[in-house]
Amino acid sequence: MLGYLTKIWTISERLLKESKVDMVIGFRKGTVPMMNEPCVVKSPENVKELVWDSNCGINLANYLTDRKEKIAVIAKGCDSRNIVTHIIENKIKRDQLFVIGVPCKGMIDRHKISSMFEKEIIEVIEEENKIIVRGNDCEKIFKKAEVLQENCAICIHRNPVIYDELVAEPVKEQTDIDRYKDVRRIEEMQVEEKNNFFDETLSACIRCYACRNACPLCYCPTCFVDESRPQWLGKSIDPVDIKTFHLLRAFHCAGRCTDCGACQRACPMGINVRIFTKKLEKDCFELYGWEAGMSLDERPPLDTYRPDDPEDFIK
Amino acid sequence: MSDWEPKIVAFLCNWCSYEAADLAGISRLQYPPNIRVIRIPCTGRMSPKFILAAFGKGADGVWVSGCHPGDCHYIVGNYYARRKFSLFKDLIEYMGIEPGRLHFSWISAAEGTRFAEVAIKVIKTVKDLGPSKYFIKKINDRVA
Repeated sequence: MLGYLTKIWTISERLLKESKVDMVIGFRKGTVPMMNEPCVVKSPENVKELVWDSNCGINLANYLTDRKEKIAVIAKGCDSRNIVTHIIENKIKRDQLFVIGVPCKGMIDRHKISSMFEKEIIEVIEEENKIIVRGNDCEKIFKKAEVLQENCAICIHRNPVIYDELVAEPVKEQTDIDRYKDVRRIEEMQVEEKNNFFDETLSACIRCYACRNACPLCYCPTCFVDESRPQWLGKSIDPVDIKTFHLLRAFHCAGRCTDCGACQRACPMGINVRIFTKKLEKDCFELYGWEAGMSLDERPPLDTYRPDDPEDFIK
Repeated sequence: MSDWEPKIVAFLCNWCSYEAADLAGISRLQYPPNIRVIRIPCTGRMSPKFILAAFGKGADGVWVSGCHPGDCHYIVGNYYARRKFSLFKDLIEYMGIEPGRLHFSWISAAEGTRFAEVAIKVIKTVKDLGPSKYFIKKINDRVA
């Protein structure tokens, strides 16, 4: 995956020189380890700013919403699916985009790594399938597979769905993956247990809305959390308000979420916020056979219907 | 607790279930007085926020009812609603509300008897579950 960078530079430089696009959206090195930040490159001299490694977990589709320019965007499997969703939802036009597809082998989990260190992490170096993490006076070496983000470990669409140019040969997709093990575990719980589980999961939530802001799907002009007349969702620290926020946030992503993990990555408290969106993803797949962002020609599940949809729950 | 009676918020579609409730009344059909009716233009108008607000303010049950599939006044409103409801019901029960607090039904304007029957069934199910415990807000933050 490290070898992708030169190809990304060449493609970006060519596109900018030939004025095919106004900008390239990619990643540059962040100021702290494991936090690459999104960056917009507008002139061919600056393409060397772009980087690519296993810390590019942010979903770049988030930066395409309502843009009018011609944009080249670097897209992993999940980003490309969110780009498809954006096109379906008329947030950007296909012909405005040049998608530089990156076959992805997964991003590393910064929460997981930092939890294994007591002191601050100073440097993270990546070699093929090996991650070297240096703290103040300690060093640990991990296999990349050990520290993958959870959503990457269970990813079954690593290659971009749409692209104009690929930076490398497609990688092998993972098969025989049980994507919904944790969801099923909760489904099997008793009511009391479920409530305790979620109360505990969400007890750390500080309502910073980082999960919402990192999500490419959350682009409503007025978010339901900001509505005040009527105020459907209280702004208090009542656990029910917090639970309601997470429930509605997930519900807004129903049939659109690609499990890119941006929300969980953004969470400063390390809450497993994907546990909610994944339940809906599972339901959409089981009820309607739907996987988000796989095709430009299909309408998302809540924007369409079949007369014979399941309705056993209705009296 | 013996004299406890559940409060159930019923969201009824203007064109079918609301009319059915009317018909049940005109026909003098008896059912327990535990439901508070809120009229909505169509089940397609139902937002999960309404349901959550009802639970948050202490409703013991929520019941949403509309036209049978194919009979929607707006042709397809209830088809969309049906998909929304099945995902929402699954999610809220996954997050810890007891199955049996949230009900959906299709009742046409001519089905006054059925309305009374379903109302009795809904009220009984909720009553058996007892007072609502989860999803009730403890802090009262009424908007000024």
